[in-house]
Amino acid sequence: MEIRSREYPKRAREGGDVRASVTGATLTFDAHRRAAYAGVAAEEWRRWAEGVKTHLLTHLDRYLEEAEERLEANGARVHWAGSQEDVHRILSGIIKRRGARRAVKGKSMLSEELEVNGLLEKRGVDVLETDLGEYILQLLEQPPSHIVGPAIHLSLDEIRRLYHETHGTEPDATPDELAAVSRVILREAFLAADLGITGGNFLVAETGTVALIENEGNIRLTTSAPPVHVALVGIEKLLPRWSDLAVFLQLTARAATGQPVGNYVSMIHGPRTAEDPDGPEEVHVVLVDNGRSDVLADPEAWEALRCVRCGACLNACPVYRQTGGHAYGAVYSGPIGSVLNPGLAGLHAAMPLPFASSLCGACEEACPVRIPIPELLLSWRRRAVEAGMDSRAKAALLKAWTAVATRPGVYRAAGGVLHALPEPVRRVPLPVVGGWREVRADPEPSRTSFRELWREGIE
Amino acid sequence: MPEPGPLPRPVRASLFVTCLGDHFYADAAASAVRLLRKLGVEVDFPEAQTCCGQPAFNAGRDAEARRMARHTLEVFRESEYVVLPSGSCASMLRRFYAHLFHEGDGLSGQVADLAGRTFELAEFLVRVLEVTDLGQGLEGRRIAYHHGCHALRELGIREEPLALMTNAGAEVVPWAAAEECCGFGGLFSVSFPQVSAGMADRKLDTLADAGEVDFLTSADCGCLLQLSGRMRKRGQELAVRHLADVLWEAAGGDS
Repeated sequence: MEIRSREYPKRAREGGDVRASVTGATLTFDAHRRAAYAGVAAEEWRRWAEGVKTHLLTHLDRYLEEAEERLEANGARVHWAGSQEDVHRILSGIIKRRGARRAVKGKSMLSEELEVNGLLEKRGVDVLETDLGEYILQLLEQPPSHIVGPAIHLSLDEIRRLYHETHGTEPDATPDELAAVSRVILREAFLAADLGITGGNFLVAETGTVALIENEGNIRLTTSAPPVHVALVGIEKLLPRWSDLAVFLQLTARAATGQPVGNYVSMIHGPRTAEDPDGPEEVHVVLVDNGRSDVLADPEAWEALRCVRCGACLNACPVYRQTGGHAYGAVYSGPIGSVLNPGLAGLHAAMPLPFASSLCGACEEACPVRIPIPELLLSWRRRAVEAGMDSRAKAALLKAWTAVATRPGVYRAAGGVLHALPEPVRRVPLPVVGGWREVRADPEPSRTSFRELWREGIE
Repeated sequence: MPEPGPLPRPVRASLFVTCLGDHFYADAAASAVRLLRKLGVEVDFPEAQTCCGQPAFNAGRDAEARRMARHTLEVFRESEYVVLPSGSCASMLRRFYAHLFHEGDGLSGQVADLAGRTFELAEFLVRVLEVTDLGQGLEGRRIAYHHGCHALRELGIREEPLALMTNAGAEVVPWAAAEECCGFGGLFSVSFPQVSAGMADRKLDTLADAGEVDFLTSADCGCLLQLSGRMRKRGQELAVRHLADVLWEAAGGDS
């Protein structure tokens, strides 16, 4: 996974044009999430889900073996992929053996992380994204900007224009009309495809079941119409038991979109059999590590692997809302991206994402598996400081401040200077003031410090 | 409304004014002292106090944060209670100092002890002094209240300031973004100014929908500096006051 976060400050500076679309969409998602949490014992569900995922991650070896065993018993083929190259090799093998020329894809962040579309094109396979948002982005040659709503940074008018130019629809077509045009194109592709590729929301070890949540029916078709289905599943997506799935399906849907459950839940056990003649001839489950084992071994980062990719933290995040996902320069954006990317792609590549947060805590409050995102952000900040990756000016400032703040006499004298300065000068009390005054009026110090008021006596 | 009764026993509290409170909200801090005294609290001000260390902690500079925390631990070692006109700095003492010291440092006990004695001002009034009726000094006031994130999410302070204001006759207006971050975030505000300003704008734009208010208030100096700074830059005219000042007015004091 290549990430380009270094340009975050620049993109954040210029990112204002998507603000209205992103703010509107995330506030709606977030309001629905709150209402859906309020309808159940959400605190208990979240604690329980945290516990299940924590247990899973601390016994992952055992559950991975169980999942493999069950899947094979169900007739699915299991592939182990340590890296993106492994995934590409596995997919290339399937494509070659099947002579596949046309693929349909369900929405999958992991496939973005693994740059699957690039590989398919290189192998001469026509690939069509079948999630409506992803389909729109494929036409625009853009990556998704949000885990659940990949095209929320676009306005309806932008999509109308795109469809007008590409499909000849009326310039003022309704969303239903745009969807209807897409449906015709997608339906033909489903029937013609040699290969269906999806991710996997969950993989139940006990039964060898890949579970997929969606609303459009495209994943149901992607997993059932083509003769071959390949599910790419991150190793952290396992669940121990079949019974765990019942709560995770509901909790994830509530967290993501506020729905009690997704419109479609597909549970894939394996290919068609004599007793169950529907479905693909072949089902392949690719278990993907791609850096996850390293994150799991990291005592201050592993909790991010509980993530179920619901996007609730993005929707709750006032920082994400300002820029949308593209500014982050990585597949995973928003709060969860800022704690996952340093682990998956390296802290250096992910800088300055861990610092791009006001630490307001809204993400942690929304997270269905209670990932302590602010705490993880702080851990990455500490490591950035230790590795000398953070700004030297900030370091110098904080060192100087510490020297002052641990010497009360100096502190008092410095405060005295601030209040004694003539009006225009004392409005510039600190070297960091450039970033402050760029967007704000100067702060106005009190007439005198409180400690002088105290000395004078407070009546 | 009866006047607050005498406290069952004398209570002594140290004011930790915080660095921003000391230099930018000195009058509000003085109001906090007057208010606490009126409620029968014996207030002291350990003059060696400086900064709680949060700017360094949030920047990932634990070594510096630890030095400031050690200093603060020493300054308030003998205090019965430590009261801060800031939810953010109160969370630093109560929640985050524990991340800086570990078993074997010889200070983790002192950290836990300080955490148990530390309160944000409104929280101290309601939870410790058990005072919810300060007077009727806010009769007819329409107030917008910004919940600082640390007070709200780290300390769980939501109803305390609202109750103190509404019981004093104020109407705290419904505000869609009342519980959203203002975009301050310490050094975040200068590292990512456009994002920070956009966050403030979302607060200020939604505030306009809440109708006319007399002023905006909050328990945190950082948030107040951010919101007032952005307001003045945008040419939006609205008084911004520290909660301590507003609570003193609630109790009948001159604001």
